[in-house]
This record gives sequence, structure tokens and C-alpha cells, in this order.
Amino acid sequence: MAKKRIVSTTINGDAVEFLCEPRQTLLEILRDVLEMTGTKEGCGNGNCGSCTVLMNGKPVTSCLVLGVEAEGVELRTIEGVARGSELDEVQQAFLEGAALQCGICTPGFIMQTEALLACNPTPTEEEIRFHLAGNLCRCTGYDKIVRAVQCAAERRAGACHK
Amino acid sequence: MSTVEKPSYKVIGTRPIRHDGVDKVTGRAKYGADIRLTGMLWAAMLRSPHAHAKITRLDTSKAKALPGVRAVVTSKDFPDQGDRLVELGEGSVNMKHLAANVLAHDKVLYHGHAIAAVAADSIHIAQQAVELIEIEYEVLPPVQDALSAMKPESPVLNTDVRTKGYVAGGPGSADQPTNVASRIYFEQGDIKKGFADAAVVVEREFHTATVHQGYIEPHNATVLWNADGKVTVWMSTQGTFTARQQTAELLRIPVSDVKVVPMEIGGGFGGKISVYLPPVAAMLSKLSGRPVQLVMDRAAVLLATGPTPGSYIRVKVGTDKSGRIIAADAYLAYEAGAYPGSPIGPGCMCIFSCYDIPNARVEGYDVCVNKPRTNAYRAPGSTNAAFAMETVLDEIAKQLKLDPAEIRLLNAAKEGTRRVDGPKYSRIGMAETVEAIRDSAHYQSPLPGPNRGRGIATGFWFNVGLKSSVTATLNLDGKVSLLEGSTDIGGTRTSIAMQFAETLGIPCEDVHPSVVDTDSIGYTDVTGGSRTTFSTGIAAVNAANDIKQQLIERAAIHWQTTPDKVQYIDGGVTCSDGQRLTFKELAAELHELGGPVIGQGTSGKEAQGGAFGTHCVDVEVDPETGKVQILRYTAAQDCGTAIHPSYVEGQIQGGAVQGIGWALNEEFWYDPKGLLRNATFLDYRMPTCYDVPMIDAIIVEVPDPSHPYGVRGVGEVPICPPPAAIANAIANAVGVQMTTLPMSPPKIMAELLKQKK
Repeated sequence: MAKKRIVSTTINGDAVEFLCEPRQTLLEILRDVLEMTGTKEGCGNGNCGSCTVLMNGKPVTSCLVLGVEAEGVELRTIEGVARGSELDEVQQAFLEGAALQCGICTPGFIMQTEALLACNPTPTEEEIRFHLAGNLCRCTGYDKIVRAVQCAAERRAGACHK
Repeated sequence: MSTVEKPSYKVIGTRPIRHDGVDKVTGRAKYGADIRLTGMLWAAMLRSPHAHAKITRLDTSKAKALPGVRAVVTSKDFPDQGDRLVELGEGSVNMKHLAANVLAHDKVLYHGHAIAAVAADSIHIAQQAVELIEIEYEVLPPVQDALSAMKPESPVLNTDVRTKGYVAGGPGSADQPTNVASRIYFEQGDIKKGFADAAVVVEREFHTATVHQGYIEPHNATVLWNADGKVTVWMSTQGTFTARQQTAELLRIPVSDVKVVPMEIGGGFGGKISVYLPPVAAMLSKLSGRPVQLVMDRAAVLLATGPTPGSYIRVKVGTDKSGRIIAADAYLAYEAGAYPGSPIGPGCMCIFSCYDIPNARVEGYDVCVNKPRTNAYRAPGSTNAAFAMETVLDEIAKQLKLDPAEIRLLNAAKEGTRRVDGPKYSRIGMAETVEAIRDSAHYQSPLPGPNRGRGIATGFWFNVGLKSSVTATLNLDGKVSLLEGSTDIGGTRTSIAMQFAETLGIPCEDVHPSVVDTDSIGYTDVTGGSRTTFSTGIAAVNAANDIKQQLIERAAIHWQTTPDKVQYIDGGVTCSDGQRLTFKELAAELHELGGPVIGQGTSGKEAQGGAFGTHCVDVEVDPETGKVQILRYTAAQDCGTAIHPSYVEGQIQGGAVQGIGWALNEEFWYDPKGLLRNATFLDYRMPTCYDVPMIDAIIVEVPDPSHPYGVRGVGEVPICPPPAAIANAIANAVGVQMTTLPMSPPKIMAELLKQKK
């Protein structure tokens, strides 16, 4: 077994160092080393999107990223979405719009939505569906998820106008 | 839309934010794989690379010797189950079969069948150790579909299976090993005469593929077998009490020595009732003296859990000139998977359940094949059956030039209709859901353009009652802690709390629901059968009424009068002399009026009234590729009374999209050796949000008289109509009548090419 490496990274704005075997995925580091279990594993091979986190602002499936690749990057996870005890617009829209049933895919959908709205604040339904197509939800049929994303976009736009 | 004038409710019918919502949008909610215990080990499993084989050698010594490995188990480490049937709350189960499914004995019966497990200091060491297990097989020929497995010359999976309900000359055997585990048969009227009198008769054969529930959270169990002999299981499950009993029975320890702690559950759809991992993790914990976490990877989930049966169905229906069904005949063979127990019973009961049919016969077979043991999946057995019946009915409507909604209304089952298997319906809303679709903007709109078509179909599910328990503690601030045993897969904490709040006349936000472990609440059956909002709801109403009664007594003490002078009205108590205390005011004085107030409620009805749904879909078929695009989708369902309309809609929308996946894409692909070749979410292709449009849900409310607020379960019905509705739409779009599922592009292309010849 190769020796562990020290990795220095930034997670949700905080400088973080962790010890990492070269074979460990970022998902495993988040969940099992850093005990940040908000990021979920649904498939382990990049097909379901449940483990989506933002790496330098871009969505990645953390099961397909190695822990050592986090060196020097900025990570954002579901634990870093709320502003203190205040939910952000995407979380609030999912909550109020009943856009979750079992909730296991929700962190991944919220992170993917954050990435979408950061680069396209006013997406069409088609753009939302295209952007979220890498995230699987088996409970909702996606209807309320898409509506929640629309709602979050509108609210965020409203906030900007203030 | 409501069919009767609704009582005016304060809480029911509103859309409060679910109580567990914030935890679930912030990542704080703890699911099965999220628990971390001091000293916890990680476990991995060895699974069969063959579909059917004898294990001739199994040696775990090298795995045990790997540094960091703490325990290794095989079936030999478990107590013998003998030949016994145990009632597990979901029907009786053959314990030998259940045990052999958890860890194979001398034979493996499907690709992915679990054989051994290792617990180690890290998951990587455990996985490495699994590869060090030495095993040899004598590979046997597999059999993968029901019709082949029923043939006398087929390989036989289980030497102890005989045909229950065998009739001489029929499939299976009463005294020799067979794959035909049971025969089901019922009839009413005289079908010979019925078909002789019929003006139109259509008979078709159908094949449907094996599909998986596809929950996003893999199965998991974290177990501590403590030094005092007590076993604690942290897991996500649809039913803590059945998980407890299955675990205890498999370990042969007293049921009260096992405590199951429900973690949040990431989807189930019927697939998280059976136990796979807890006994294995328990034995690893016993041998290592440490807590052990065992989580399946996605491949294991698809290889070894779930699926709902592939099936062969033949349906023959005859009507008179007006379209009235006068005879119907069905033959169904469902794949049980490796061990007996497919939902052939419900399949047989559901196939003609939407209609009033004077002369009918249904014959069904439960057949073992070399695939994972099948499990419940949302209205188990009913979707396969609806695909057959609802497409045949559309063909008849076409021949008679009847509107598809009208032929369904003409034949709709209603209050008093006798189902072919015997029971008579109480008040049901079958016709109302067809009318809702017929009158919808969707159905009334034109659908222009080439290769486009519209289809409708109806579906049915019984909905069960079963047992639930609720405990409610009144706090001095006038809020209530509500404890329940029903694990919450889709918002039931809230739908139950709402019924409790309605009964007491208090705000839903003042009720704090918790799903608690098996030591902390009375027996509660699984979250399944569309029963939770119905049955645990009744328990919550009973607990609220218990509190009402106690508060009347406390108020009587307060006013120095007798309880018969006090009434509980509108969120407070009123004395016959006009004095009044609100719920909160009285709660604040409880400690001076005799101490704590704890209400309890249970429920135990066997059945609900039954629920129906009718769906309408517009599709466009690409004539070059055979790909089907869903253009528009509307689903109407009788929900009795919608407690929380958002989550009712959510059930309907989610079920419909699962049905769309079943219709168009999803199937287990086995190669000739019986190996599953698509055990990933890339190749087991479930719908993404780019595949589907918005799903319009029409809530029809025909209150169920067996529930105090008229609730009917919602979860299961919506998966039944989609395959048939889409097949009917495809037929209307391009003129080919599909009889296989999934209706994937190659299958549709094949039919289109045949049509061109």
C-alpha cells in the first residue's frame, strides 16, 4: 500500500488538511475521513450524480475524483450551501416546493443547481432538464425538482434587483 | 376535484413544510450509510460470478490471515434454519430459502448471489480479503425465463420446491423437484358461454422484462452484537419490525434481543423490506467484537436485490357490440427469481380488477429462475397485468370505434362489483378517474403532427391496512412529541402529524414527529402497500382522541366538575357553564392537574377500499430510430382525501415516471450464461429529467369510508397505467401494437420494419 499523502485544500471556505491514501476517492475522504456525510454515494461510478460537489465552481461527481486531486482547489459541498442558519434560495425552493421525497439525491441536485444558476441565472425548462440530466431521482419524477429550480432562479433574480 | 362536499378541514389539504425537510436539504439527515460508530469495521462480500453452480470448495483461510481482517463469515457460521415457515408480517416465508438468499449454502442460484463476507479495518482491506477467498464451482446450466423454467426438461433450482396447488397434467409437480412453486386459479360465471356470445374477441400474448426498483440509496446495515448478547442494527429499511424479526429468526435469537434503529431511507419502493445484510453484519460483529458496517455497492444492488418479475401473460377478452365485456380469460407466469415468492397472486387479482366482468377466469404460476429473488415493487404484479389487459381493451375499442375513455367507463368497476377473485368493492373511484381524464384539458386538446399518438390506461392497487402504533406526549408549551414506527420515505412524518393536528385542532407545526426504534414504539408494519398515511394515520387519530379524552378529565379537575360537563371543541375545552381553556392553556397546567399526558393509538384494519388511477400520454415516435418521446403526461388518481396535496402529487408523478422507465427503457440484460450485463446506472437506464416532461397530477377525491378522514393510499397505483398508456399511444402514433416491455427503440424498429414489409 502506498504511503498516505497530506492534502491541503479549501472546503466551504475553510482551509482543510487531510491524510489520504492515493487510491481513496474524494467522496470517501469527505464521508469517511472528514465525516461530512451530506454528500451521498448512490453508485460509485459517476452515473447517478448523488455525490456531486463543486470543485473550483464546477460540478464534479466526487466518486470519480481522487482525494489527492483536491490539493490546492476550492471545494463546496452541501454542508456549505446555507448561509449560517439561513437556507439559500435553492434549498428553500426545494423545501417549499416538496422537491424531495426520500431526499438521498437532494444534496447532489442542490449542488448541480448551484452550478447551473451560477453560470445561467435564468435557465429555461429545457436548459434545467439538460443540466440536471446527470442526476438521478427515483422518487419525484423530476416535476417538482424542475419547478424548484425555476423558483430558486426567480427568487435569486428578485434578490439581485433589490 | 372532490366528488362529495368535503368537511372543512383546517390542516388537512394544506401544504406545510415537512418536518424533516431542513435536515434533508442541508445534508444533515443521517441515512443508513452515514452512521459512524467508535471502533467500527467495514465489510465487503464475495458474490457469485455464475448464474447457477454448486460450490465445491470454499476456503477463507487466506482472507482471514490478511492483516487488518477481523472476521470472515460464510453460511456455515449461521444456525441451521430447518424446514420452517415464519410469518414475517408480509406473508409467511420459508426460512431456509431466506437464509440461503442471505448467504448461499451449497449452491448459488443467480449471478451476484452472496457467498461470504469479510470485516476489516478499512473497506479496501475488506475488498482485498474477499479476493483472497478460494472458491471452486461446478457450473450448472441456468434457466432465465418463466416459460422455459416450467418445462419438465428445465434445470431445477431448488430440490425442495413442489407445486403448491398442483393439478394433474398441469405445469409443475406435486412430488418431484420443480421450478413451478405455485398455481393460482379463480373463476366466476361461465366463460365458455361468455366468449360464445361475444361480438368481438381479442387475444394477445405479452412478455415483460425484469426491472429493478432503482432506489438511489444502496442497501446497508451497521450492527453491534454487544457483549450482553443484545444486537443493535442501524439501517435504512421500509419496516423496522420486520427487519428485526427477520434478523432474529436468521440468527435464531429472541426477537426482543434485537433492536432496529431506523436511519433515513433513500428510497425503497418495496425493495427494502427483505433483509440481506443485517444478519451478516451481526455475525461479523459477534466474531470481531466490534460494530460492523456493510453497504452494498451499486452493482450488488442490481445483481442481488430488488427486482420485480419478468413475466409472460396471455389475455383474451370478449365484448358485446356495445363494448360491454362479457368474458375474460388470463394466464400469467411470473418469474419468482431464485426462490418462490413472485407477486403472482396480486398479478392475478389485479388483471381484471378495474372492470365489472360477469364471466372470467385467471390462472397463474410462480416460477423459479436463475435471477435474484424478486421483491415487491410498487403495486407488485399489477403493472405487468395492466400492460396486458389495458392494451387488449384498447384494441377492442378500436374495432368497435369506441372512445378509449368510454369503453372504460362502460365497464368500470364500482361499489358492489365483485372482483374475479371474490371480494366486492366498497365505494371506489375507478369511473371518476376515467372521467377526470376524459374531461381534462389534455384529453380534450388536439394532437397534431405526424408519428404522434395519444393513449390512456387505468390501473388498480388494493392498498393494505395492517398494524401501526403511535405515541404522543403533550408538552407544557402545548406542543406534542409524536413517536411513530413507520419509516418515512416520502413525507409521511408530515401526513401523519397533519391528521393528528387536525383531530386535536392544533397547528401542524406544533406536532413534532419522530420515527423511532423498535424498543421505543409498538409494533408497526412496513412502510409499503400504500398503508402509511392510511393506517399510521388512523393510529395517530386514535392517539389524538386519547389525548382529547385525557384533557377532558384534566379540565374537569381544573373546573372542579365532572368530565361529562366538559367538551373538547375546536382546539380547546369548554365547560357546560361556558368557561373555556385553549389547548395551550390547559397544557401549561398539566403538572398541577395530575401530571403528564401521553396518548396512544394503534390500528389494525386488514384492508383499505382500493385505489384506481387513469393516465393519459402523448408520444412521438421517431420512425428512423424507434425512439419514443413523451410529449405530455397527465395522471388522475383517486386519493380518497389528499392530506398533503404536494406529496400526493409527488407520489403520482414519481410513480408515473417509474412506469415510463419500465415502459420504454428499463430491463435486466442477461447473457446466455445467465450473467447480468447491465449492473450499472449507465446501462440500466432509468429516466432522467431530460427524458420526461412535467407530469400533471389530477387529484380525484372519493373518500374511503374505512378511514376517519377518507384517506386512500396513493403510492402504488401510479406505476400501473404508464406502460399500457404508452403502448396505446404508440399504436395510435405509428400503428404498431407493442406486446413486449420495454418498448425500447430496437423493439419498436423491428415492429415498424415488419409493418413496412
